[in-house]
Amino acid sequence: MKIVTCIKQTFDTEAKITIENGKVSDQGVNLIVNPYDEFAVEESIRLKEKNGGEVVVVSVGNDKTQEALRYCLAMGADRAVLIQDPALENGDNHSAAVALAKLLADMEYDLIFCGKEAVDDGAAQVPSRLAEKLDLPQANVITSFELGDGQATVTREIDGGTETLEVQLPAVFSAQKGLNEVRYPSLPGIMKAKRKELKVVSLADLGLSAEDVAPKAELVQAELPPPRKAGRVLKGEVEEVVAELVKLLQEEAKVI
Amino acid sequence: MDFSYTDEERMMLQMTRDFAEKTVKPLAAEVDKNHMYPRQTVAKMAELGLMGVTVPPEYEGAGMSNVCYSIAIEELSRHCAATGVIVSVNNSLACEPVKLFGNEEQKKKYLADMASGRKLGCLGLTEPNAGSDAANLATTAVLDGNEWVINGRKIFITNGNEADYCILIAQTDKSKGHRGICAFIVDLDNPGFQVGTLEDKLGIRGTSTAELVFEDCRIPRENLLGELGKGFRIALTTLDGGRIGIASQALGIARAAIEDATAYAKERVQFGKPIANLQAIQWMLADLTTEYEAARLLTHRAAYLKDQGQPYAKEAAMAKLMASEVAMKATTKGIQILGGYGYTTDYPMERYFRDAKITEIYEGTSEIMRLVIASNILK
Repeated sequence: MKIVTCIKQTFDTEAKITIENGKVSDQGVNLIVNPYDEFAVEESIRLKEKNGGEVVVVSVGNDKTQEALRYCLAMGADRAVLIQDPALENGDNHSAAVALAKLLADMEYDLIFCGKEAVDDGAAQVPSRLAEKLDLPQANVITSFELGDGQATVTREIDGGTETLEVQLPAVFSAQKGLNEVRYPSLPGIMKAKRKELKVVSLADLGLSAEDVAPKAELVQAELPPPRKAGRVLKGEVEEVVAELVKLLQEEAKVI
Repeated sequence: MDFSYTDEERMMLQMTRDFAEKTVKPLAAEVDKNHMYPRQTVAKMAELGLMGVTVPPEYEGAGMSNVCYSIAIEELSRHCAATGVIVSVNNSLACEPVKLFGNEEQKKKYLADMASGRKLGCLGLTEPNAGSDAANLATTAVLDGNEWVINGRKIFITNGNEADYCILIAQTDKSKGHRGICAFIVDLDNPGFQVGTLEDKLGIRGTSTAELVFEDCRIPRENLLGELGKGFRIALTTLDGGRIGIASQALGIARAAIEDATAYAKERVQFGKPIANLQAIQWMLADLTTEYEAARLLTHRAAYLKDQGQPYAKEAAMAKLMASEVAMKATTKGIQILGGYGYTTDYPMERYFRDAKITEIYEGTSEIMRLVIASNILK
């Protein structure tokens, strides 16, 4: 069984976000494997441990992204491929999907796993774009995965409940929290990761041009959310205060 | 000079920090309050490879550097100093002497058992009349046919209540002084052995501090560790390495105090503003952070020297001396910054404070550290 798992390196979820020159600054920020992608990596490794085969982790990124891929190798993935190119540095979800799809087009796989979204831009675009480009079925936001014969049975979250799907393989799956409990890389795992293959490929290696991955969306401006306003304390007789509160909730906060 | 982490150091830091936060921290208060040995945590740490960090893979260790080891002990101790020292003792005081002085059979059996975490180890050195004066041992080992017969009592033995194996230091020939001292590997599953008194302690209450009682305890002749008469050397070498572990434990405690005090100072409002705005608080935090960083560099350098196979005894002593004193100071000031709240058990600061003190005492007191440092610079 060959599994390709797509990961993104993101800010630590506890990182303090600052804006510099209209862009989010990464100075001094701790970088991690996107938490949803960790579920994808964990599920891939479990499937490999049970059924044999290979897990290849792939990412689009820069020099630092190698750390995230090494972490996945330490968890138990077999090898890694990083797509790195100056033309991708200001790329968007479209750019990443184009590059990944081209890379995967030449790879053998039975399954493709992604996280359901990245915690940085929260776009949840790449899994679906990738599936479309590869002309594969997709099941997103899955919380359980069971491998069958040439197909998989998955549960996914939908509004107000869950949905169980049977999906023909190969297919793209995006992982939601609850799919599994992510392991820590063991010390021997960390040591083995050093010797595992981590291949860096450029757009040219993939036969793509800068034009092919030109972003479809342009970042016009980034702003921090406005600071939370101080609360207001209503004073007076209980009856008056309650009436005032209801009025405010209806008219100002518009929550009831 | 390169101060950046290697890939493996960075992953070790990330993994152990995450593990300590999610697994060690939630139990820390209970471990302390109820004298609870964190058995399940130890089992999980064994699975991750933390019980034999620097032991080569052929003996079921992780084969990592001493710098990685230091990082791991600091991260574990950041949330629970007891958990930190359980790991440190198994690694530095039990695995290390077998790794350095054991023969192939001993390594295959005892080292692999301890490095994998199947068995837990301890070091039996201290006696009622042999503390800092470690050569003044009363415990004896007498050869009788193909067995050593051990008699005596060891006290203050960390992990003593749970340990399966003990690296025991005993006298074989009193007339030869410290040249009559030998090291042995004792399987504690032995009718001649029992655990005596368990100490009730100020801190690191999740660890056992036990009396080990040997009465005609017979062990195989081949369980002599290293050469005959080299036991004192083995003990001192073992403690040199152990100091890197204790320095790292102290760093974890110091960092806990500094991080908690910093967070508190930003939130605690007095006189209409957070107390972090007051210079009195700022100077404390500035001093503590500076001293912590200095101690950390000393510790990592000692670990680095050990990794390079260079002499490191002086550096390890300096690291332990400074880190333990920083831990004591940081936790004292930490309580001061938290004020009355810091004195209550509602905050972990008082636990950090109690845990810090032992780092100035065990594996060589601060006074012995100064003696080691002085003897190295004056020789």
